[in-house]
Amino acid sequence: MSDIVRMADVRFAWPGRGSFALAIDEFALQAGERILLIGPSGSGKSTFLSLLCGILVPQTGRIEVLGTDLGALSGPARDRFRAEHFGIIFQMFNLLPYGSVLDNVVLPLAFAASRRKRAGSAHASALGLLQHLGLGGELAARSATKLSVGQQQRVAAARALIGSPELIVADEPTSALDRDRQQAFLDVLFTQVREARATLIMVSHDQSLAPLFDRVVPLDKIAREMQA
Amino acid sequence: MTVLRLALQSLANRWLTALLTVLAIAVSVILLLGVEKVRTGARQSFADTISGTDLIVGARSGSLQLLLYSVFRIGNATNNITWPSYQDIASSPDIAWTVPLSLGDSHRGFRVLGTTPEYFTRYRYRQTHMLQFSAGRPFSDLFDAVIGADVAQTLGYKVGDPIVVAHGAGAVSFVEHEDKPFRVSGILAKTGTPVDRTVHVSLEAIEAIHVDWQSGARIPGQAISAEEARTMDLRPKAITAALIGLKSKLASFRVQRAINEYRQEPLSAILPGAALQELWGLVGTAETALSAVSAMVVATALLGMVTMILTTLNERRREMAILRSVGARPRTILGLLTAEAVVLIIAGTGLGVALLYAGLWVLQPFIDRAYGLHLAIDPPGAREALLLGGIILAGVAAGLLPAVRAYRLSLADGMTVRV
Repeated sequence: MSDIVRMADVRFAWPGRGSFALAIDEFALQAGERILLIGPSGSGKSTFLSLLCGILVPQTGRIEVLGTDLGALSGPARDRFRAEHFGIIFQMFNLLPYGSVLDNVVLPLAFAASRRKRAGSAHASALGLLQHLGLGGELAARSATKLSVGQQQRVAAARALIGSPELIVADEPTSALDRDRQQAFLDVLFTQVREARATLIMVSHDQSLAPLFDRVVPLDKIAREMQA
Repeated sequence: MTVLRLALQSLANRWLTALLTVLAIAVSVILLLGVEKVRTGARQSFADTISGTDLIVGARSGSLQLLLYSVFRIGNATNNITWPSYQDIASSPDIAWTVPLSLGDSHRGFRVLGTTPEYFTRYRYRQTHMLQFSAGRPFSDLFDAVIGADVAQTLGYKVGDPIVVAHGAGAVSFVEHEDKPFRVSGILAKTGTPVDRTVHVSLEAIEAIHVDWQSGARIPGQAISAEEARTMDLRPKAITAALIGLKSKLASFRVQRAINEYRQEPLSAILPGAALQELWGLVGTAETALSAVSAMVVATALLGMVTMILTTLNERRREMAILRSVGARPRTILGLLTAEAVVLIIAGTGLGVALLYAGLWVLQPFIDRAYGLHLAIDPPGAREALLLGGIILAGVAAGLLPAVRAYRLSLADGMTVRV
């Protein structure tokens, strides 16, 4: 299998803050892999993910996703690249408080033309995904804020999956859920990721999730925090 | 398209604050345009105080003074025109008609004007409007009086009521012509001009009540009763001013010069339109103040809008992070916030204009009747369009402030939300 993500000699420091910097000497991710990044909060997880998704650009080094050097892209091009190839799930508060569940699910398609094409009928494909994630029926028309936290996370998963992006990035998506719901959420997420043949990279501080993944990588093994 | 839809949805989610902001903008627009309407209406009403009269003649004085005492009943004439001079001028071939005016007495604060019945047919206001009687008719008897609408309303007079004229122009007078009382023969309809505050009597009546007077006081021991006065020669010896209508307006300047150079007596003739404009230039500074105040109100409303968007910005940083994560550019965030401001400002302006015209339509007849102020209901003119455009532009510019802040925040936050 080929590498879908490749990072080499990456150095990033927050501009103006100076105190915190991150170094990634080497990191690679194979297509179709499901990988768990383990690290305590404050260990640079968010910075790592922002670099991976092309929201932040390293001062030196190279980040390649799907063979594209993110550093070589302009800002708007990086934003479009993210829209086309990434599905992102946050820890919580994933949804726009206005708009229905359906509005939230189809949101990325507004910024990604080829994902829109792949999705075919946006509504049908959103409803299908919601159905698979256990959110069938009249829920789709409901206001996003009316849902429980567990339901909201599943809507976020549907949004990440719609239009089949190559990479699903999840930042502690289950930390706001209780044990039972965690398991249920991960089950449906994994099924959908497998079906879409996507690559999954999840960040968590929870060691107990490890058996579900192909590979577990402690963040401190690949990324070093530095005092700049 | 997506941006506009998102902006609308976001506003709908905060519909109460959005509605209040729109209302604040609407009210400020109503005020600004309303002041503009009243301003133009007042200016027009002012310029329309007297029309159809080509020249006003009085003793030599400044044009403003002559206009003030002859039309607005403010201040006093320095001197009179002798009757022979008036007759002489009235008979000149360019002149179509003249109406003499004799001032100097009052009734409970309202000026008394001695004139001829022609006054009621010759006087025009608001271009072509003639004086109308709401009750009674012009004076026919020597001691008949026709009162203006405000006089009748303030003092509660009806046709047939007796009134006593006081000597001098003060509100309180100790010297009255109580020996020769008048009777109200007619009441004029509201005009919105100084006519409303005037008591009209015949020129002969002015002469009659002063027949036993000399130098502003009764001649002792020479009292002449009202009945005796009727039998006397009451041809006036002098008048205060006269309204003149010309056969051709083209002769205005020629006749004016002729009167100004009249040899027998120092006289002045003025063109009412020009004098009114000059007077408006003096009182018109108030309108600038009004406009300035309403501009301040608009600025306040726009500040309110900016505050409303700014206060929600912090809680919406999550929203920005979500949009960024699905691929929205920072520029889209900028557009989103700007679109919100644009929607608010356009909705506010539109609502303001709609409410203003609805209000005008309902209140116009009332304002016309109560204040004699005619507010025209016509589509917004170039000046109004400019004002509205200015408000919208200022709103968009003000809306850029929170938008730029959101843009900066979303650049700095990236995918993480630092609250």
